[in-house]
Amino acid sequence: MSRFTRATDLAVFTIVILALWQCLYDYAGEVAITAPMATFRNAGDLLVKPEFWPNVGATMLAFAYAFAISAVAGVALGVLLGVRRFAGEVAEPILAAIYTIPKVTLYPVMLLAFGLGMSAKVAFGVIHGVIPIVLFTMSAVKNLSPTLLRTVRVMRLTGWQAASTVIVPAILPEVISGLRVGFSLTLLGVLIGEMFASQRGLGFLIINGINGHNVRMMTAVTLIVVLFAVTANSLLLALDRHIHHHR
Amino acid sequence: MKGRQAAMAVRVAVVAVFLLLLEVLCRSGVISPLVMIPPSAMLISLCEMLLAGDLTDDIVRTFGTVAVAFAAATVVGFAVGALVHALPRLRRALDPILASYYSVPFFVFYPLLVALLGLSVLPLIAIAFAFAAPAVVMSTLLGLDRVPPVLLKVARIHRLGPASTVFHVVLPAALPSILNGIKLALAYAFIAVIAGEFILSGGGLGYHIAYAYESFDNKTMYGLMLFVLVSAILLNGLLHMWEGRLLRRRQR
Repeated sequence: MSRFTRATDLAVFTIVILALWQCLYDYAGEVAITAPMATFRNAGDLLVKPEFWPNVGATMLAFAYAFAISAVAGVALGVLLGVRRFAGEVAEPILAAIYTIPKVTLYPVMLLAFGLGMSAKVAFGVIHGVIPIVLFTMSAVKNLSPTLLRTVRVMRLTGWQAASTVIVPAILPEVISGLRVGFSLTLLGVLIGEMFASQRGLGFLIINGINGHNVRMMTAVTLIVVLFAVTANSLLLALDRHIHHHR
Repeated sequence: MKGRQAAMAVRVAVVAVFLLLLEVLCRSGVISPLVMIPPSAMLISLCEMLLAGDLTDDIVRTFGTVAVAFAAATVVGFAVGALVHALPRLRRALDPILASYYSVPFFVFYPLLVALLGLSVLPLIAIAFAFAAPAVVMSTLLGLDRVPPVLLKVARIHRLGPASTVFHVVLPAALPSILNGIKLALAYAFIAVIAGEFILSGGGLGYHIAYAYESFDNKTMYGLMLFVLVSAILLNGLLHMWEGRLLRRRQR
């Protein structure tokens, strides 16, 4: 596909979304949602306000911790369960079941266990994000071609050498895909965490906007969050495709 | 087969040991009763509530909402998936949405839906539908992509009409992927409904849990939580079994 058609598609796409949004606004009115242009203006106003940034900082800090923990623990656990076949077979359905339960229900447990504040948000992000990373990594390790493993043995590579020169490069594309899914879910977890019980952060601003009928604030923060999520996801997706392509 | 049974046995043992450990930790006071009550107490509390009929309304409400959203997501998702697959131009335009759809933290839209549709079950159905349908669309697309061209050639050689090609060749070939989408749709619909009830709603299991939490009623809260977790796992297990049966029949 040429770069030109892709740019056209993106432009058409953006215009359609904005038009739908405008229609929604015309239908529902000022009590539910603000108009697209006004929202962009409000979002711009928010971005230059000094009291906005501590909230961004709180969300980003919680998100960074949660994602770092999810990524490290997820990849480590995934590799372990992939290498130990039997343990993997025991664990996979359990993990899949945990993945499908509504984790919001566990929120009170997190709060009771970690208290109000940063650690509860981080824990909530981790329980959302870690499982897809484990599952993707595990299936990548399990599907490693046996030839590669035999090569490792023939060449008498040490564990570290095998990991750094063969196994990691071989599973990297799937791990990146897993990290992309984990990234989105961790962000979701942190934001939901902030919506329920927090004094700070973007999720808190949204729920605060709702409770105080501050539609402008709510829509503007929602826009900022969505733009951030979509941008981050597009970057990771580009990386993902780049790596898959260059294999 | 033997390996699978062994894995199953170990799995059951792992879960049992975990529950037992939790029970011991709670009973011995390592985990304070303010944080968590022992699993056996959760079960007792749940049974009491079920027998007293306290939960009937909430269960009907929550599961009704999930059922409506799930059914709509499956039907509409499949139809849209098939349509988009037939129109490559539309598909190219939709690709960016589908690729980044689940990266948007969906619940930020929930308040918006409440404002649009009013505080009833409608916004819940809408958000569960919106959360579940794209999974079906994506898996339908994937399934239709993966129909081996050689099967279509065979269908042409046998001079099957369009309808019988679809029913006898395309759908069975795309089935595994579509079933996967349906499983995801159920899980997502359930997650969205419970989360929606949790955030802003006047009824249902999610609301009841949030309410119990706010009134420090750990007994009720953990009983309900147990119910939600067990029913999510059971529902998913049922779909899994159904999927296994369908796929095994296909192999014959």
